[in-house]
Amino acid sequence: MKSTHLALTATTAIAVAFAAPGAASAEDLTLCWASWDPANALVELSKDFEKQSGHSMNFEFVPWTNFTDRMLNELNSGGQLCDLMIGDSQWIGGAAENGHYIKLNDFFDANGIKMDDFIDATVTGYSEWPKNTPNYWALPAFGDVVGWTYRKDWFERPELQAEFKEKYDRDLAPPATFAELKDIAAFFQDREIDGTTVYGASIYTERGSEGITMGAMDVLYSFGFQYQNPDKPYDMEGYVNSPGAIAGLEYYKELYDCCTPPGSSNGYMSEGIDAFKSGQVAMQMNFAFTWPGFENDANVGGGKTGYFVNPAGPDGDQFAQLGGQGISVVAYSEKQDAALEYIKWFAQPEVQAQWWKMGGYSCLKAVTLAPDFPSSQPYAQTFLDSMAVVKDFWAEPSYAILLQDTQKRFHDYVVAGNGTAEEALNGLVRDWTETFEDDGKL
Amino acid sequence: MSDETTTGAAPRLSVRLARRLGGLSDRAIAWLFVGPTVFLLLAINIFPLIWTIRLSLTNYRANRANADVKWVGLRNYERILTDPDIWNSMQATAHFLIWTLALQVLIGFGLAYLINKKFKGDNFWTTVIVLPMMLSPAVVGNFWTFLYQPQIGLFNYGVAFLTGADPSSFTMIGDVDLAPWAIVIVDTWMWTPFVMLICLAGLRSIPDSIYEAAECDRASKWRQFWTITVPMALPFLMLAVLFRGIENFKMFDLVVQLTGGGPGSVTELTSITLKREAFEKWRTGYASAYAVILFVVVFGLASIYVKALNKVKER
Repeated sequence: MKSTHLALTATTAIAVAFAAPGAASAEDLTLCWASWDPANALVELSKDFEKQSGHSMNFEFVPWTNFTDRMLNELNSGGQLCDLMIGDSQWIGGAAENGHYIKLNDFFDANGIKMDDFIDATVTGYSEWPKNTPNYWALPAFGDVVGWTYRKDWFERPELQAEFKEKYDRDLAPPATFAELKDIAAFFQDREIDGTTVYGASIYTERGSEGITMGAMDVLYSFGFQYQNPDKPYDMEGYVNSPGAIAGLEYYKELYDCCTPPGSSNGYMSEGIDAFKSGQVAMQMNFAFTWPGFENDANVGGGKTGYFVNPAGPDGDQFAQLGGQGISVVAYSEKQDAALEYIKWFAQPEVQAQWWKMGGYSCLKAVTLAPDFPSSQPYAQTFLDSMAVVKDFWAEPSYAILLQDTQKRFHDYVVAGNGTAEEALNGLVRDWTETFEDDGKL
Repeated sequence: MSDETTTGAAPRLSVRLARRLGGLSDRAIAWLFVGPTVFLLLAINIFPLIWTIRLSLTNYRANRANADVKWVGLRNYERILTDPDIWNSMQATAHFLIWTLALQVLIGFGLAYLINKKFKGDNFWTTVIVLPMMLSPAVVGNFWTFLYQPQIGLFNYGVAFLTGADPSSFTMIGDVDLAPWAIVIVDTWMWTPFVMLICLAGLRSIPDSIYEAAECDRASKWRQFWTITVPMALPFLMLAVLFRGIENFKMFDLVVQLTGGGPGSVTELTSITLKREAFEKWRTGYASAYAVILFVVVFGLASIYVKALNKVKER
């Protein structure tokens, strides 16, 4: 309680200092994020901030495979490497409760930054802790969601269209349901196209970090999976292991068994990109951040790639796994004034518009709801539609334990073929219950 | 000038030191020399061990500095010893250890025996054979991941060529039955040369005169092998097993790169489980208890083994 009061006072003081013109001196700021294409775009974008503010920006980018380990180590040890952190959405709970990020409410109020101006799901996903309360620890920085790409040029081939129509009695088109998706994947599996054997779909199966969880959850939500009883937090029996959730996990295994390239037992984002770009698969599950890269690719660019939202489940429910991150000020930074200045600059509509143009997925409604947004990129409408149906994994302080247990249960059933989907989900309820009991929440 | 100064100063210093030490007992002088080492040993080895034991009795999590730390007694130990996943991990480690040691000893000793028979180009072949162990395990893991690829991997094509199977019909690192063998194969490929080098040193330490005496006694080659070569090379062979056993018990990087512990958890060795608990789940207390259990197991096994090794050496 006392530390919360101190943090609030400190934040207010920082906000007041920041509001005073000319109060901040030139600083060397370090922004920490994952090493990927959007990060390179942010480096370019930030040059504008350097010119305007006089501060210089340094960047610490870590490959995705080591990102969580490296950055959570940094935060847990109270390290001062990062002044600004674009951390994963699941970290919010732990980062808020352990005092790694500063609370931004007073700063937002003092500078006219309104959370209503950002896509609602990204505010909940990237900024709030506890969820659905107006306590903000980050500014939505990069909107991301799991969606699908498909080989539009293959789908448009008359001979394939005719064959598909004859077999399934409907047009070969982006699937609206998961049942349709499996039909299409099966249709392409082991097919020879231009002298090469191709496969149905690339899906997430990675064991080590979060891959298979992000992939399977993407399907389970639309089949009826819920994390908890909406009326009774942490009551998971019958929600996590509901009949719909069991059917969803069974579906994911069937899709893995029938329609993925041989040897794809440990694939995540980069393996999906490789499979799609190299012309191995007809469809690919991946986060939206990968899409700009396909447009300029020699093999799949130039109109050969199409995009579609995660399909609907058997009852018509349609959800998608949220990705993306918010930008926070690290509590251990000695340059918090300058870091807040960066956030204020980044929140401006013209900067956000530029961010989208450079390949960054802006979360600002002024950008995404602009009339010309859907036609600004071939994937823009799919991004918008996907962001409207997102759900996210637990953001609890113990999310890492919850995540690793999920990884194990899902991989054990889907890839290793041990037990049944029901056993896997019953086991998951037991694992998660134990963790919440340890946390004193049950 | 400087020489004169130093030669003059040194005796004066040693005389002063000797006079000062003269007042000290032998025991005190001994402690003066041994003390710093003992202090370092306590600080680097003993204190962390005691601290780990202490943490193992709590619910401490290193990533939740603000949370209350509760004393949980032996609950962590109880949880570990009744967790079937932990036993599966132990079983996976035992499988990996037994098979890698057996294969590496057999092939390594065989190669050393062949190389020891002097032939043209033996030095060249020795260099070629030891190349794998000079590579980084992470690189080897990455390299073999490609070799094991069903669509482009040479390993699958090799097996397909020999058996007539379709190379895409099996996946070494994605199949529950094959994945444990996939890591055994890679570790054997990488570390057999190490066993070979130690065995070669053992074989070359056997004096030729013993074989000459055996020849005079008309002992057959087979008898010479079992009564001279094997017993005299045995201490070296046991040393190689000790080194490889310790290394493979803590095997991490190669397996993470190859399978990530999967499929499911079939190749999740104890080191990977420990890392997941300590630095991915951040259950520090639980991981400490696991580390203590592993320490006791390794310490116990190593003590028995070293005792056996000493007996063999004394023979």
